[in-house]
This record gives sequence, C-alpha cells and structure tokens, in this order.
Amino acid sequence: MAEHFDAIVVGAGPAGSAAAYTMAKAGLSVLQLERGEYPGAKNVQGAILYADAVADLIPDFREEAPLERHIIEQRMWMLDDRSHIASHFRSENFNEEEPNRYTIIRTQFDKWFSSKVREAGALLICETTVTDLMKDEKGRVVGVRTDREGGEITADVVILAEGVNALVASKAGFAPTPNPENFALGVKEMHFLPQDVIEQRFNIGEDEGVVIEAIGTVTQGMLGTGFIYTNKESLAVGLGCMVSDFAHSGITPYDLLENFKQHPSVKPLLAGSEVKEYSAHMIPEGGYKAMPKVFGDGWMIAGDTGQFVNSLHREGSNMALTTGKVAGETVAALKREGKPMTEANLARYRQTLNDSYVIKDLKKYRELPGILHRNKQFVTTYPQLMSKAMESWFRVDGIDKRTKEKSILKSFLSARSFTGLIGDAIKVARAIR
Amino acid sequence: MHSVVCIKQVPDSAQIRVHPVTNTIMRQGVPTIINPYDLYAVEEALRVKDKVGGKVTVISMGPPMAEQALRKALSFGADRAILVTDRAFAGSDTLATSYVLASAIAKVAAEEPVDIVFCGKQTIDGDTAQVGPGIARRLDIQQLTYVAKLERLDLDKREIAVQRRAEGGVQVLSTKLPCMITMLEGSNEIRFATMDDMFRAARANVEVWGADTSGVEDKTQCGLKGSPTVVKKVFAPKPREEKAEMIESRDKAPAEIAASTIEVLAAADPALAAEFGPRPPAGA
Repeated sequence: MAEHFDAIVVGAGPAGSAAAYTMAKAGLSVLQLERGEYPGAKNVQGAILYADAVADLIPDFREEAPLERHIIEQRMWMLDDRSHIASHFRSENFNEEEPNRYTIIRTQFDKWFSSKVREAGALLICETTVTDLMKDEKGRVVGVRTDREGGEITADVVILAEGVNALVASKAGFAPTPNPENFALGVKEMHFLPQDVIEQRFNIGEDEGVVIEAIGTVTQGMLGTGFIYTNKESLAVGLGCMVSDFAHSGITPYDLLENFKQHPSVKPLLAGSEVKEYSAHMIPEGGYKAMPKVFGDGWMIAGDTGQFVNSLHREGSNMALTTGKVAGETVAALKREGKPMTEANLARYRQTLNDSYVIKDLKKYRELPGILHRNKQFVTTYPQLMSKAMESWFRVDGIDKRTKEKSILKSFLSARSFTGLIGDAIKVARAIR
Repeated sequence: MHSVVCIKQVPDSAQIRVHPVTNTIMRQGVPTIINPYDLYAVEEALRVKDKVGGKVTVISMGPPMAEQALRKALSFGADRAILVTDRAFAGSDTLATSYVLASAIAKVAAEEPVDIVFCGKQTIDGDTAQVGPGIARRLDIQQLTYVAKLERLDLDKREIAVQRRAEGGVQVLSTKLPCMITMLEGSNEIRFATMDDMFRAARANVEVWGADTSGVEDKTQCGLKGSPTVVKKVFAPKPREEKAEMIESRDKAPAEIAASTIEVLAAADPALAAEFGPRPPAGA
C-alpha cells in the first residue's frame, strides 16, 4: 500500500519539527521521519534556547516547555593557562516577564516540541532511517526510501532537516562532501550539583542562569571555544574546536575537555559535581561561504544540514527553527495557491531567508571562518599577552607604572610587531564588520 | 489461534540515573523501553501467528505513557493493543498486578477465546518473575515458565510442547491449551517492523481500559490496597573499606606494567606466588 503525503520531513530536531509543525497547522498531510528512538535521542547541544524563534511558532511555549533557567548573566572569558580575563554582563532587564534566552536540556525540549507537532496533526515515525531520495526521470525529488521493508514513500516535497551529518543530502548531491574546515567538534559533559550549590556558586536566584563562553589557551592552539551553562541541577561543560584542527594537532577531544575542567578558573565551579552524561557532536561552522543550495525541484534543506549556524554568536537552534518554519510556510503557501513544488516556486524559501536575520547575519560574518583559520594568534598569543599585562598591572611590586606600561607594550610588539598588531586589528574588523 | 502478550514499559536500565543528592532514581529524561524479556514474548506470539494464523493482542498495565510501548508492539505486527490504566491500580505489587491483568485477559477471552498467554520471564525493574505465573494461577491455566523454544503446536489436539531451561538441563514439556508461557532471553530475535506496520502503529488507537472497564471485579485487590508487599527501605550498599591499589602505568612499557602487576598480586597472595614459582624481576 503506497503512501503519499503533501510533505515529508526528514529529521525531528528543531528544524524538522518547525517545518512539520508549520505545515501540519496549515492543514497539510505531513510525514516526519526520525532515525532516533525518539525526537531528541540523537541531538547534542549546550544548550541555549533563543525564545524569539520558538515564540514565533508557539507563542505561549513558556507555560509548558521544559526550560531550565533563563539567562541573566553572560561571562566572556579569555584564558591563559593560569588566569582568566573576563567581561561580565548581568542585567536585571533579563529578569523580564518573557525572558529572551534559556538553558534547556535538548532531549526533554525536543520531545516536548515533537508532541506539539503531533498535536498539530503531523504523523511522526521514529527509528526509521531515510536512506535515499526517490527521483523521477527528470531528477525531481518525488519521495524517500527508508531502511524498512516496503519503505518507499512519496510526497510533493521533501524537506531535509537531517542535521549536521547530512547523509541523505550528500548522497543526493545536494550538500557537498563535508570539509573538516567547515565543522567543529563539540564535546560536553553534564555535571550534577544540588540546585542551591549552583545558585550560590554562580550568584544567581532560582530560575536565573549564567552563560560562560571561554576562548584562549584551553583550546591548545586550535580554533574553538569552551563553555559552561547553568541548568537547574546541573552544569553543561564543554568545548568545541574545528575538526581540521583536531585532525592536524592530534589532540583528542576528551583530553582537551579534561584540561579545561582542570583550569584553575573552571575547577572550583565544578567541585563536588558528579558527571552523569557525556556526549559529542559536530557543528557546522563554515558559515555563509559553506552554505549549499537549499532548494530544488521537490526538495528543501533546513537547519544544520544547510550550514545555518552563526558560530560567533553561538546561534544555530534559532536558525534551525526559523529556516524550518520558513520552509514550511513556503510549502503551505504554494499549496494554497495551487502551485507545484518546482525549483522556481521553492526559490521563495531562499528569498524569504535573504530578507531575514538568518542570511543577513551569515553574510555579515562570511569572512570570519577563513580569517580565524589563518590567524590562530587570536586564541593563543593574545590571551597570553593580555593575561601577562593584567597580572603586571595589578601586581604591586615596587616597579613604577611607566616602566610597567613600557614592558607591556614591548611584550605586544615583540610578539606581534607593530604592523602585525595593526594587521590583526584590521582582520578583526573585516571578520565582524 | 489467539495469543495475548503481557508487556511492561520499564525505564531503560542502561540509561538510568540516580539523583546525586537524594539517591532516588531520576525518572525524568530516562528513556523508557519495552521490558526486554517481553520482546521475546511478543516475537514468539508473532511467529505463532505467522505459522498458523490468528491474532495477537498485547496488554499492558501501567501509567498512560505506557501507550508508547503498546504502540511499538503494534508496529512489530500485533493486531490489538489494550492499555489497562487507572489511578486505582497505582502501587500494585505482583499479586495485585496479576489480578488486574488476569481480569483483563478474562475480559478479552470472553470476546474471543485466548489460546496462549505470553509473558517475558521477568521484568528488569522488578526482577520477581511472579506476574506470569500469577496470571496463570488466577486464570486456572497451565503454566510453562523459562521457555527457550516452542517445539510443537498441535491445534487439532490443542497441545503444545516446549523446551524449558531448568537448572542443569533442558526439559521438554507438553501441555494442553490454553496455557501461559514465559519466554527466556535469547529465545528469538524481535523483528524489524515493516513500513506498513510502522504506519499502522502510528495511526492506531490504543484501547484504554480503566478500573471500571477492565473486568476487575474486586477493587480492593488492586493497587496499594491489594498489595501486601511493603518496601521497607531502599539503600545503596556501603562501599567496602579496602582501597584499590593503583599501579602507575604512565610512560611504562606493557611488559613493565605487567611485571609490576604480578609483583603486587604476589605480595597480596604469597601462596599463589609460590605456586607460580620464581619470576623474572620487574622490568626484565
């Protein structure tokens, strides 16, 4: 018995569920296929949830979604081996009625989100892997093949939201073979601590949360960042570095994480905690220049599969939600207008994204990945120089301040030279302009 | 041929977490699965159906979320799924559980006679292996426990023969239908559902029976009221006093590590060391 749907969504992460939700709400027949045992089984994220993109889909999500803490404080750390220089931003304005950012546990959140998708009327089938796309003689996508007997299912359009490891999109030739320079590998541990210990240690009240992002020598010369996020009764502690850098340096992710946990600024925050989970996942960080084409005859790509991640701002799940939603809206609009799911018609998806924060932000930082790849001094030399400068500045040792200034300046000039310093300033400006 | 399979949804013990502060089991976020032993029961019932035709009904007593487990059983090919759920059943021990399940099976059988009741040999969360036999006793049917293989099924004579794993050997037992069978691990392998069955399961309605609709006659035999078993105390065993001895292995060759390990073992047990005779010195 052949099944046919208006749309098939591959994947039940944020992008897939946003697409399926949007289309089901619009009254379309939607099949969502997930290879994991349940939605969220395969997903790894820090995780910070950006409320705006969720509220766009489910305005009152705060009432029922499993949320951990809303973020009231952002700490940016620059580390050398023994010190950290930090900027903290904490504001009572973040204690608002509808907070802007939350820590979440993705397995719980994804399960909840998926329950909304099913309530909206989409049919979800888990533990079923899409192995390939079905194409007609003209190369148009007409459905999917799964790993189950009788597993060919047809649809007017297929939305690929299969995540960073885009096996189906790659096989179909829609996404390029992954280049290690375009992907980060993130490793994460969940450290459990009693709620009151977390709140005392991070100087926060009930439901309030802190985000720490760290760059510096903890990544041992590789391009990447470390993070600590506060959940209700646990801390998510992790690091992410470029896959190409891991391959080149031979450093193992777990060694890197062990070192990060032993850093004198990190260790006291984790003291007495119990590790209950560890996980690793790839993150697409190639940015705008690594984006594949995201639509064609009978298909669209949403979320990580399309490299929709703003690595500098640690934004990805919001882009997944937004691209999924826009993809779903595009299909729903074409259905309403009685138009076929051709490449020309689906181009509307990309046009809408072009006018949204998604493409605007990715375009803004299009030079960032390349510049950072070629200039590792931003995560090695500078944190060390800055730490030394700070230490010298604050240490009271009988040396006059003018001499200290001179020796600090000298350390910068000997490490990077005058033109080097100017050049680095220009690079930073170019990367984030 | 009509089989009823009793299944239970249990927390995936491989992924269970103990709360570091209160030492209680954290149910939140722990995935649930069909009790692994019950999967052998489901598969065996489906194989019987494949061979001689008929129907497979799955029943579970549990909280509303146990519906997922039943839906999964449907995806493997079961024909009908019944969830027996009610606040009145909460806190049931094996005595009360077997009473409720036997009542529900009796109600099913009144509509359509049941030939075999399949159960897993035990659950991984309770480990008692009492519910299956309890059901058999209450339904007053023969019971074949710890079954590794169905040898023969004769529908004309209404006879079944099975291999039962017993201490020190295998028994071949035969009995008259209807009967209750508990299946042993490794007796078969659960099938990979077809796409059609996945669709059927995703769309199916799982029947929900409450205390008033599941054939239960005496509510005092259900739930906490009907459960004489009392859990007096739950505790984590105290770690033993002896400390592990660490053998430094960093920057050492495997032979060196092996030699120092033997050294330590020999020191701890001189009698054993003497049996092995003289050894080359560490590092040699």
